[in-house]
Amino acid sequence: MKSRILLLLLCVAFPIAACEREERNTRPDPTLGSGGQGVPVTTLAPGGERPAISDTKASEFEGNAYHLSEGKRLFDWFNCSGCHANGGGGMGPALMDDKWIYGGSIESIHATIRDGRPNGMPSFRDRIPDDQIWELAAFVRSLSGNAPKSAAPSRNDNMMAHPSENRLPNATTLGKSP
Amino acid sequence: MSSADLAPKPEGILDTELDAESLRHRLAETWKTQSGLFGVLSSVDHKVIARRYLITALVFLCLGGLSAVAMRVQLSGPERGLIGPDLYNQLFTMHGVTMMFLFAVPIVQAVGLYLVPLMVGTRNTAFPRLSAFSYWIYLSGGVFVWVSFFLNMGPDIGWFAYVPLSGPEFAPGKRADVWAQMITYTEVSSLAVAVATIVTILKQRAPGMSLDRIPLFVWAMLVTSFVVVFAMPSVMIASSFLILDRLVGTHIFNPAEGGDALIFQHLFWFFGHPEVYIIFLPATGMVSAMVPAFAGRPIFGYLALVLSLIAVGILSFGLWVHHMFATGLPKLGASFFTASSMLIAIPNGVQIFCWLATLWSGGPLRLKTPLLFVFGFFFIFVAGGLTGVMLASVPLDLQVHDTYFVVAHFHYVLIGGSVFPLLGATYYWFPKLTGRMMSERLGRWHFWLAFIGFNAAFFPMHIVGLWGMPRRVYTYPVELGWGGINLFITAGALVFFFSFVLFVINLVWSSRHGETASENPWNAGTLEWATSSPPASYNFARIPVVTHSEPLWAERKALPVAAGLRVDAREVLISTVAEAKPDLREKSARPSIWPLFAALSVGGTFLGSIFTPWAVVWGAPPIAISLIGWFWPKGAPEDEE
Amino acid sequence: MRPPTGRIAGAVLLAFILSGCSGVQSALDPKGPAAVELARLIWFFTVLCAIVWVLVMGTIAAILLRRRQRRSDPLRIDQPEERMVSRVVISAVGATAFVLVALTLLSFFANRTLAGIGENAGLTIRVTGHQWWWEVRYENAEPSRILTTANEIHIPAGEAVRFVLQSDDVIHSFWVPALHGKLDLIPGMVNTLTLRADKPGIYRGQCAEFCGAQHAHMATLVIAEPRAEFDAWYAEQLKPAAEPSSDEQRAGHDAFLNGPCVMCHRIQGTPAGAVTGPDLTHIGGRQTLAAGTLKMTRGNLAAWIADPQGIKPGSKMPVMDLDGDELNAIVAYLESLK
Repeated sequence: MKSRILLLLLCVAFPIAACEREERNTRPDPTLGSGGQGVPVTTLAPGGERPAISDTKASEFEGNAYHLSEGKRLFDWFNCSGCHANGGGGMGPALMDDKWIYGGSIESIHATIRDGRPNGMPSFRDRIPDDQIWELAAFVRSLSGNAPKSAAPSRNDNMMAHPSENRLPNATTLGKSP
Repeated sequence: MSSADLAPKPEGILDTELDAESLRHRLAETWKTQSGLFGVLSSVDHKVIARRYLITALVFLCLGGLSAVAMRVQLSGPERGLIGPDLYNQLFTMHGVTMMFLFAVPIVQAVGLYLVPLMVGTRNTAFPRLSAFSYWIYLSGGVFVWVSFFLNMGPDIGWFAYVPLSGPEFAPGKRADVWAQMITYTEVSSLAVAVATIVTILKQRAPGMSLDRIPLFVWAMLVTSFVVVFAMPSVMIASSFLILDRLVGTHIFNPAEGGDALIFQHLFWFFGHPEVYIIFLPATGMVSAMVPAFAGRPIFGYLALVLSLIAVGILSFGLWVHHMFATGLPKLGASFFTASSMLIAIPNGVQIFCWLATLWSGGPLRLKTPLLFVFGFFFIFVAGGLTGVMLASVPLDLQVHDTYFVVAHFHYVLIGGSVFPLLGATYYWFPKLTGRMMSERLGRWHFWLAFIGFNAAFFPMHIVGLWGMPRRVYTYPVELGWGGINLFITAGALVFFFSFVLFVINLVWSSRHGETASENPWNAGTLEWATSSPPASYNFARIPVVTHSEPLWAERKALPVAAGLRVDAREVLISTVAEAKPDLREKSARPSIWPLFAALSVGGTFLGSIFTPWAVVWGAPPIAISLIGWFWPKGAPEDEE
Repeated sequence: MRPPTGRIAGAVLLAFILSGCSGVQSALDPKGPAAVELARLIWFFTVLCAIVWVLVMGTIAAILLRRRQRRSDPLRIDQPEERMVSRVVISAVGATAFVLVALTLLSFFANRTLAGIGENAGLTIRVTGHQWWWEVRYENAEPSRILTTANEIHIPAGEAVRFVLQSDDVIHSFWVPALHGKLDLIPGMVNTLTLRADKPGIYRGQCAEFCGAQHAHMATLVIAEPRAEFDAWYAEQLKPAAEPSSDEQRAGHDAFLNGPCVMCHRIQGTPAGAVTGPDLTHIGGRQTLAAGTLKMTRGNLAAWIADPQGIKPGSKMPVMDLDGDELNAIVAYLESLK
């Protein structure tokens, strides 16, 4: 009897904690803007501590399976491999290691894609909507094993140039003793 | 010395030594389910487990029905905009998954679990703890998938989950993994019940119940259980391959690396087609049980009906490709499946003709609610079967495949062919389960609302499918002119849904205030009506001896019985397979909490395995411990050799 | 006990049936030889199955209306009646088997007829399914005459056309009910379908295999034209995009090339050359937008570009940050690409 009550409660339950990993939001959040404003990449600032980074777009994209999967698609569609060769690097630096010339946090990667960088990284500010840049940034993070394993994309339905992102080792800790 | 002196003297107290009163008292002691939470969780009485299954399946029916209502409201007009595509895809997947895996198969197996031991004249199923385990696994799987739905993690890829849509690239997140593991849960559960049912039917029949005296419902459960045993592993392979692809990175379904997307469909439908016969055959057994009772004569064409059941069971494995006619198959292969799909209509037709013959040549028909549902079954199922004949033709199917025509067809055969007999069976066997009759007045209302609502909802779907409306669409354009007919369908669906509300009201009201039922209110002939209403925990005080296929009609005054089983330990009588000559006395398991622990360990392993393969490693010790606890002899009389 | 409501319901349904038989996506309104054969098959089967159903229901009515004697002993069987009933049942089973064999043979012959319809297809069109649009490529031996377009398929009326079907992502199904049955587009496989439209006209098709969020909005228009008109259309399509002729169109042309559009779309004759999205070289001349979701009008085009996720949520076209002038300019430019 009790098991039945439990079952009924569970089934009638309100969404207890809508799983962040599974959210599929295809519209940009209007309150968080479209990326025209700068996203701070560090809390250091002259004139005292800058308030903590309040832009929550990063958290919305980082551990979300749908956005990571879309980022993977866009990496292919927008030919990032043309310079970065599936993450291994070529004309552009490798994205699967732990060396980040301009910072490896998701905000830094977002800024890199949006603004471009010296020595060849074009600016995609006018070319890719801001949400899609966040998706790409989140995916690039996953290439170095920095995305949660349960959200990172799995094997391609196509040929594979490297192990699937949910099996890639974390570049920061790889080869180093604990 | 006589041979009697050489035979070892049986231990314990036998039922030959006791009078009727103390016999019932001792048997109740030995076979009872303890009261309290522990008793509830450890019961192995097939009737207790089956009732749980029935109620749980009914809850899932309501959940599946609510998802259907939500879908129909969204589809009631073009570009309605009430439910977005993501939620709609989850809803229709949940509807399919719930109805097929969490309602239809468990409920027919549950009816079997309840009735089969009673109909064959034994005290409990074979492997009682396995049946208990199967319920807990089923419950865990059902709760798992519905809780996932509320956590926005419900599968959204269709109940059939074709790759590559359900593969790792196109189904991000864990939704498809939830689907894959839920399949495995329910498949294990169904297999367990099927195995117990087969062994009970083949080995535990009352003395004298030779193969030609087995009730048709029992035959139906036997054939169904064999179909389960051979079909379920195929879907388990499909879902396991899918989860391997998704979790571990195998390329089984990846064409670019040497895999094949179509093999998933073959594996799925090799299970999927027998699955619908798993749902349908027990319902034919129920009809075969109710028709003779209402006609007041033995069933016409017993042998033909048994052979039809077996033929359908075997042939059902030769039809699966008809679900794949649009995939670009070689013409000769596809035509073979046209022929086999048409062929299966013959044994189904034989069944219908035999039932009609029985009803024709019987006595005056009392048009009580169970019989109303039987007639509803004829009306709807024959229509569904005929649209099935239409779909069997490859060229015809290419116009109506994946349209609402198919939706109409399978609802006609599944609801008409299985749900209507189930509803009739509920009214028929409710007195046996609860000791009360269901309200006839509410029953009539229920029947007519269900009949009219169903036909209003599903008949127009044939038409709108021919007009070009595909399946699995969350909306449709205004200019195609499908709005009016869809509104009508939605109205019918709401009426049909409301009929189920009436049904639940009837169930609840009748269990409190229904007229008290006698042992055999329908004057039927099979053994379950020889027990009290509801039956005692031990079913029969003494095992009956059967001399006819309708034992209660053949032995009007008192059933002959066999004696010699122990009353202080749980014993059942094992008989030979064909002639049912009494053969052995076999111990039957006592209540145990280990099936619950085993189910929780297995369930936890499945749940964890959608996140990491390590769950299989970490899950193995609890499973091992549960199994050790399960089988370890506990010093009870049942553990003695 | 037969419900009189059945007759009322039947009348209502008849009204519905008669109203919708003709439909641009109806299998019962065939416009090509394959679809005609299939429609005939559907009607024949329907009528035959309806007759069988009526016979069974008639038997049930007779059962319900029959006067009966009370049976004192349920086991007593009247042998002569039993034998008569046996004969009826056996004949019924025999008749069933006969009908089924006949239907099976009918189905085989229909299949043969269908196979024979498109033996000399002059034109081959390769359709690649994407989530949730159709990439259409007219094959030609001469590479400069290969045409790539999207969603709208023109064919010459009265001639057999071969469709080669493949998929870029998941399983889709190509289905134009007025012309032919459906055939799946399966990744890793190539399927071929040949069809013919007897008369010029517009025939709507829709994806018929669940392919994800926007399966409902993946339609195609097959437009059959007389040969001369088809050739003229083809020649126009092969030309590169029209040059912008007004200031607004020029502004739109520039906004297109400087904005996100070029990341996914191609307009031949401009630097925009991406192939992951539909080809827009002659978008202005198409009848629908977004794979049949919207009619091609200025307002719809603006609405689609401004908020694709509002119209087709989950589709791959993102919401972009465009101000009103830019949007109007791009719309003016695209509209001019006829």
